[in-house]
Amino acid sequence: MTVTVLIPTPLQKLTQNQGTVQCEAQTIAELLSSLETNCPGLGQRLCDDQGTPRRFVNFYVNNEDIRFLQGVATPLQDGDEVSIVPAIAGG
Amino acid sequence: MLISTERPTTFTGLRCRECGADYEPIAQHVCEYCFGPLEVKYDYRAIQRETTRARIQQGPWSMWRYSSFLPVTSAEPVDLGTGMTPLVKADRLARHLGLKNLYIKNDAVNVPTLSFKDRVVSVALTRARELGYTTVACASTGNLANSTAAIAAKLGMECYVFIPADLEVGKILGTLIYGAHVMAVEGNYDQVNRLCSEVADRHGWGFVNINLRPYYSEGSKTLAFEVAEQLGWRLPDQIIAPIASGSLYGKLYKGFREFVEVGLVADAPIKFNGAQALGCSPVAQAFDSGADHIKPVKPDTIAKSLAIGNPADGIYALDIARKTGGQIIAVTDQEILAAMKLLAQTEGIFTETAGGTTLAATIKLAALGHLDPDDVTVVYITGNGLKTLEAIQNHCGQPFSITPDLASFERSLARAQTLDRLDWQSTPV
Repeated sequence: MTVTVLIPTPLQKLTQNQGTVQCEAQTIAELLSSLETNCPGLGQRLCDDQGTPRRFVNFYVNNEDIRFLQGVATPLQDGDEVSIVPAIAGG
Repeated sequence: MLISTERPTTFTGLRCRECGADYEPIAQHVCEYCFGPLEVKYDYRAIQRETTRARIQQGPWSMWRYSSFLPVTSAEPVDLGTGMTPLVKADRLARHLGLKNLYIKNDAVNVPTLSFKDRVVSVALTRARELGYTTVACASTGNLANSTAAIAAKLGMECYVFIPADLEVGKILGTLIYGAHVMAVEGNYDQVNRLCSEVADRHGWGFVNINLRPYYSEGSKTLAFEVAEQLGWRLPDQIIAPIASGSLYGKLYKGFREFVEVGLVADAPIKFNGAQALGCSPVAQAFDSGADHIKPVKPDTIAKSLAIGNPADGIYALDIARKTGGQIIAVTDQEILAAMKLLAQTEGIFTETAGGTTLAATIKLAALGHLDPDDVTVVYITGNGLKTLEAIQNHCGQPFSITPDLASFERSLARAQTLDRLDWQSTPV
């Protein structure tokens, strides 16, 4: 499955300043390892040592927070858009 | 815009709250290493050297009397008279709740836009001007939109505001009037926020609650400073504040601690209580279950200004409540409406649904025995009821319709005196 990943500014140094990256992955968990392979260092920024997404990082698949889906096991379809968004203050 | 005069700075840069990485004081809110939030670092010795009670009292009658605690360098920050709102001794309300020392910090009458957000925006846009921004923006549940649009107008800045499309009319018109470009997004606040995060990345604007967040959020501390000064330079025993993203709640804690740190008030324990609407209560749920993380929710409540389902500072709010012996509780929409009416009918203060949430939580805390009657207890009322008229439209009764003659008046007067208020809401006159 080829998906498009939107990379937030603080991480674009690791993607040669690209705001979007194409990735092959069946799930978010696969996507995270694929990102680390293609852009070394990116995975570490997004996940802790156990591979769990850090608590200040939000992942969305086509506008839906993965915590309302199946977390890192959320399946991906061809053409899905995955956003990586830091937590934001309100209101 | 060039700043002609600067005052000595008391802040030294930004630091990641999670991993401690240091950054220059630029427009950046997220740590590049761990995604943790960045916070302003201060030189507290420098603040202590230039701050005394007398010097604060000689300062302007606004939040800027505490400028040495705020992350700006301008000698003349944007000052629309924001802050120094009344601290009201709420005796009639107190009797109703069985308390003796109850105070309302009334930011429903803050200026220019009748909510506490004027404090945070004053700091954010002063800093935005220092950093060279000419276009500013925000993601908002309404109050921040009003405030950003108004203060940007005063500074002559271009302004873009992103809101959920279902906001109250008053909050939408109260933004458009200032000439801001308003984007009403089909989605909830959390979706608006995500969009704005991506817009901020692309357009290089100063987003008050995104890339300017480290500066913006510091403005909330002035709600702690003012209460300490207005109580006669002492700390309260208990506070009750609303929790949406959790930022205000955390900054109240920081503000009181800073006053102790520089010796302006004697140290004393404060219990920090938080209020959420049941239809959007991820922090209260985590508090109840003993969790140390927040599970996001999809908001469904009349308290739209608190409808943040994915609160960025929720985990910090949990820490503060637990370490100070406070509570974080949720209240129903019905309790919110009842509390709005009670505040209006005992203290003459018309607050919005967020204030209703905070007072409803206070009523519950009192009923559950969490508030000692002798405690100096401060309730933070953060917004104005005229902005959320829809919420109370069918809950305050109706005027008596009469014709312009004495007989008609006398008939209605008799009804008014015999029907109790609850009855005449449902009885045709």
